[in-house]
Amino acid sequence: MRLEPRTESARSIWVIAPLAAVVASFVVAALLVLLGGASPLSVFAAVIKGATGTQFAFLETLTRATPLIFTGLAAAVAFRAKLWNIGGEAQLYAGAIMTIVLGTGALPLPAPILIPLIMAAGMLAGALLLLGPTFLKTRFGVDEVVTTLLLNFVMVLFVSMLLDGALKDPMGLGWPQSKKVIEAAHLPKLVHGKRLHLGFVIAIGAALVVWFINARTTFGYEMRAVGFNPRAARFAGIPVNWAMAKTALLSGGLAALAGVSEVAGLKGNLTLDLSPGFGYTGIVVAMLAMLHPVGVIAAAIFVAAMFVGADAMSRTVGVPNYIANVMVATALLTMVTAMLFTRFRLKLR
Amino acid sequence: MAALPDAEPGDVVLRLSGITKRFGPLLANDAISLDLHRGEVLALLGENGAGKTTLMNILFGHYVADEGSIEVFGETLPPGSPKAALARGIGMVHQHFTLADNLTVLDNVVLGTEPLWRARSRHAEARAKLAELSETFGLAVKPDARIADLSVGERQRVEILKALYRDARILILDEPTAVLTPQETEALFATLQKLVERGLAIIFISHKLHEVMAVSRRVVVLRQGKLVAERHTSGTDRHELAELMVGRPIPEPKVEPIPVGAIALELKGVTVAGEGRARLQDISLSLHGNEIVGIAGVSGNGQGALADVISGIAEPSSGAVSLFGQEIHHFDPARMVAHGVARIPEDRHAVGLVGDLSLEENLISARYREAPFSRRSLIDWKKVREFATRIIADYDVRCPGPHAATRLLSGGNMQKLILGREMARSPRIILANQPTRGLDIGAVGYVHQQLLKARLAGAGILLISEDLDELLALSDRVVVMYRGRMSAPMARRDVTIRHLGLMMAGQGLADAA
Repeated sequence: MRLEPRTESARSIWVIAPLAAVVASFVVAALLVLLGGASPLSVFAAVIKGATGTQFAFLETLTRATPLIFTGLAAAVAFRAKLWNIGGEAQLYAGAIMTIVLGTGALPLPAPILIPLIMAAGMLAGALLLLGPTFLKTRFGVDEVVTTLLLNFVMVLFVSMLLDGALKDPMGLGWPQSKKVIEAAHLPKLVHGKRLHLGFVIAIGAALVVWFINARTTFGYEMRAVGFNPRAARFAGIPVNWAMAKTALLSGGLAALAGVSEVAGLKGNLTLDLSPGFGYTGIVVAMLAMLHPVGVIAAAIFVAAMFVGADAMSRTVGVPNYIANVMVATALLTMVTAMLFTRFRLKLR
Repeated sequence: MAALPDAEPGDVVLRLSGITKRFGPLLANDAISLDLHRGEVLALLGENGAGKTTLMNILFGHYVADEGSIEVFGETLPPGSPKAALARGIGMVHQHFTLADNLTVLDNVVLGTEPLWRARSRHAEARAKLAELSETFGLAVKPDARIADLSVGERQRVEILKALYRDARILILDEPTAVLTPQETEALFATLQKLVERGLAIIFISHKLHEVMAVSRRVVVLRQGKLVAERHTSGTDRHELAELMVGRPIPEPKVEPIPVGAIALELKGVTVAGEGRARLQDISLSLHGNEIVGIAGVSGNGQGALADVISGIAEPSSGAVSLFGQEIHHFDPARMVAHGVARIPEDRHAVGLVGDLSLEENLISARYREAPFSRRSLIDWKKVREFATRIIADYDVRCPGPHAATRLLSGGNMQKLILGREMARSPRIILANQPTRGLDIGAVGYVHQQLLKARLAGAGILLISEDLDELLALSDRVVVMYRGRMSAPMARRDVTIRHLGLMMAGQGLADAA
């Protein structure tokens, strides 16, 4: 077996790769389930039913997908420009902090003003948080993988400090949690009595905006050129560092929206377990989507469905819900491999 | 081993029979058969994409032929096995060296010949063998020098020694002179002569005719995957080979005399500081409209820094640069482009184009913020597509379409794309840095025509080239760069290649000390 470079780009891969990823994840999971002595078909049926089988389940999947769309977009935007933003988690918390700072009564404004204001402030906080590592990268060549990753831990500790200090809820019986956001700061529910909230619509809108930026604007063009070949971009007169900074602002802002939407739409307050790694899972989502913003929506829903469905399945069939991790990981590996085949073809000798 | 007289070919050491290789619809090699004899240099001549590299990759086992067979010393070579090719004495020196920069010469030569599980490598033996080879073939190298510290010519010697160390009896050299200075090229040719005298057989892949004429005994010409001609070098000439290679008559570049225009670009005492020695030292030069000034020099003597300054990438530490009498204070690529400077960079792949972007995206890389390509930050892809389609047609860029990925183009087509992009703005100053390096004859001729056309249209052209034939054919005036300094300009009729060669080595530059 060997790899030969392709003499033309393969467009069909955009369809084949995601399908292969889904199929491969089910095949690998089936083997594991068999090994555990359960029937793969009943497990998959339970996963799918648990994720989409009822209105409640489906809305729950979309609720879970909402923050993943934001963090997935954040990663997709940054990675396109080869800005390796691993700090989605920190930017998410930055957005969440701003939501609490502005949304718990400090600004007595009506919802149509307060919510956009909180979103803007949250985005700004996330954007600025990524701007620092980006400046260090463009100015001094500091590896942003390291700086953004480490900022995640700094940020979680910072939140922990706030929750035991400045932002601590005096009525919280000593728990490390913030006050609840006021009614005007709540993102309205989309379906009465269910958890799905306006954040999902905003996430879809954000994906479409990013798509438009990529496809139609000079900024999208700059991000592509800088990402693929910064030397050539610089030679052509594209302001590489400025393009990087703009990318950082957009990416950080998008990740922060995940925090805003989780706090203002779902949880109501800030706790240390606000995000079960949405920032990191966003990277998986972006890769599964091959960095395409609309693909991010599909990938986020897929990943969310796996987790939500596996939770339900583990209650009914009894196979541990870790199987969702296996399936998502297999899908990711298949996708990354498939992307290799856009450049190379496999030759059997 | 006795030397073989030139006229008498030795036994056939390598026989390719009916080699055919398809890549999808493309027939890269079409039933190619050829023999290689002991003690000869066989030149494999052909344009880029003619199938030379594919053929050699099949021989070396990187690809498997769809049809045909290979015999080495009378035995069939198993297809698709570089190991088998090596074991039967086939050695290959690639155009892009395959050396580990951080290891020594000796380590690089030994690398891969020893089993991994042996705890101690037998360096003493290896050193003796390397010294012997080095002596026999006049390939002087320091075994303990790090590759990173060697010149390009020295690295190539290491590559050849690497092949000889593995007891190669058939040596394939892929475009070996592409990176060498004239002096290094001569040294290489002397080495090749010694190798064939000792009974090796050499395949010399090239598209440079004068080199093929100088070094080979026989020439095989490939065109579009087919073997179109086989000649004894003594029975042919450059002109015939060029026509065989391209498949049509080649026009020679003709420089029409024309009075020069006003000063377009002026450098006064320009210095660019570097680590240690200055990259550019007190350069003064004026370039007029309707004029080509050729810059000769071995690469690395300041041409890069000069090109960077004029491209707007680097800022001089002192001195003044003026465009049309207006001094430039802010060095920025976009500003230079706005001033009417067209830039053809030395490295098409790394600097000139973004390979993963489409052709049309590359065509607007310096102008994407201008009308009609964009308005208020929105790109008008329809206008871009129209422009790209026109450039692709006008400059004869062979490609699947404006939407195709640029990295899939051949070198010649990439250069045409760059030319199209730069010339479309009717530039008044053109910086052409090695514009024909690595291109085949057809494409070289095309680039020359375009430059001459721009000259007639009033542009001032700074032509940086290591190809002295090219410089003398195109330039109105010539300067030589050596160690960051520049000679006084000389009219073309006053200089000879020999004279330039001496100046490139530092002689006759009064203030070069």
